[in-house]
Amino acid sequence: MQCPKCHAPMHTYNRNGVQIEQCSGCRGIFLDYGELESLTRLEAQWSQPAPPPPAPPVAPQAYPAPQAPAWGAPHGGHHGHYGHHRQKGFGRMLFSS
Amino acid sequence: MRTLTPVTTDALLPALEARVRATAHARTPACPCGAATLADRPDATVVRHAGTVAKAHAADADPAGLALRVTAAARLTGVLLPPLAEAPVVLHGRLVTYWPYGEPVDAEDPDAAPWEAAAGLLARLHRTPIPTPVPAMRGPAKAARAVELLLDTAPHHPATAPVVAAWSALPAWARGEAAMPGPAGLCHGDLHLGQLVRHPAPAGPWLLIDIDDLGTGPPAWDLARPAAWYACGLLPPDEWHRFLTAYRACGGPAVPPDGDPWPALDVPARALTAQTAARAIAKAAAADRPLDEVERSLVDACTRMPSARVPGPHC
Repeated sequence: MQCPKCHAPMHTYNRNGVQIEQCSGCRGIFLDYGELESLTRLEAQWSQPAPPPPAPPVAPQAYPAPQAPAWGAPHGGHHGHYGHHRQKGFGRMLFSS
Repeated sequence: MRTLTPVTTDALLPALEARVRATAHARTPACPCGAATLADRPDATVVRHAGTVAKAHAADADPAGLALRVTAAARLTGVLLPPLAEAPVVLHGRLVTYWPYGEPVDAEDPDAAPWEAAAGLLARLHRTPIPTPVPAMRGPAKAARAVELLLDTAPHHPATAPVVAAWSALPAWARGEAAMPGPAGLCHGDLHLGQLVRHPAPAGPWLLIDIDDLGTGPPAWDLARPAAWYACGLLPPDEWHRFLTAYRACGGPAVPPDGDPWPALDVPARALTAQTAARAIAKAAAADRPLDEVERSLVDACTRMPSARVPGPHC
């Protein structure tokens, strides 16, 4: 196809799924029937607010909670008393036979 | 009735101090003469003079067994603190061994606890072929002694019954009444955070100390005290996770490389929970004081044990 203005050859490009022809000489653009509407529709989509990002991970824990025996104390949640025991137990229990 | 081992005789401590001073001065003639008593318990008196430490072992320590353990420790370079001399000497009826001083773990700083180092050293110990003959690891025998002592000293304490019930349900090997299941590896036998030092002090690599219970046995026993602390709510999950992950990363054979470690840990962790609870109750009864929160968490775990089946291959 040749440019209707300068008669230089026109090249076909794909812009966001819409075929457009651009002149290699004067850089003029030729749109087929419906292509302007397609571009307008695409522009409207771009200007809409972006969808919300995917939800962050539920807990900031970097690994799954380790397994524990059935007779173990409940860890975590409202039973998470180990932090309370930690200071009291650390110096004494963890340093003796 | 058992008789309690007498605490240091009056003569032992000054004699031990004189020996450690002489040994330190032989090693370092220009000695800064920093002396300290590191421990004075029925089972051990430990004194330091500058860079040298002398340990008087328990009055009932087995001389042949201790000699084999010290000899093995001298060959476990990079894992155990090397003794200054391989043969224990006798002083006032007690066996004495000499060691270089190492910087201990800071008991005031839980965040600085070297969980990865402890796990790495255990994994290396457990993977090491037995260098020289050693006796059986003494963990189960010492746990049995703690429960026996509880029954002798505080049989009617309300917490004694659940601890003894949990203990009695354990397999005979874990109570020191049968041979330990194989395959036997080299075990420390009494791991806790007081058993790690940096040598040379203060910033050298971490090494294990205290060879009194070293011997052959199931390596899971050495992981079982941290496991018991975690199970009783005394050790936060992330610290337990760090310890276990580091042990696995170093190829430790006591637990499978992934998946649930508890089938391997359950029996020794129950035994060490019962042992620790037994010692705590006996101490509280002797001092005529109630159990504190930490001690109650050990007894509570024993109370829950009978309703939880013993899993794994050691049923």
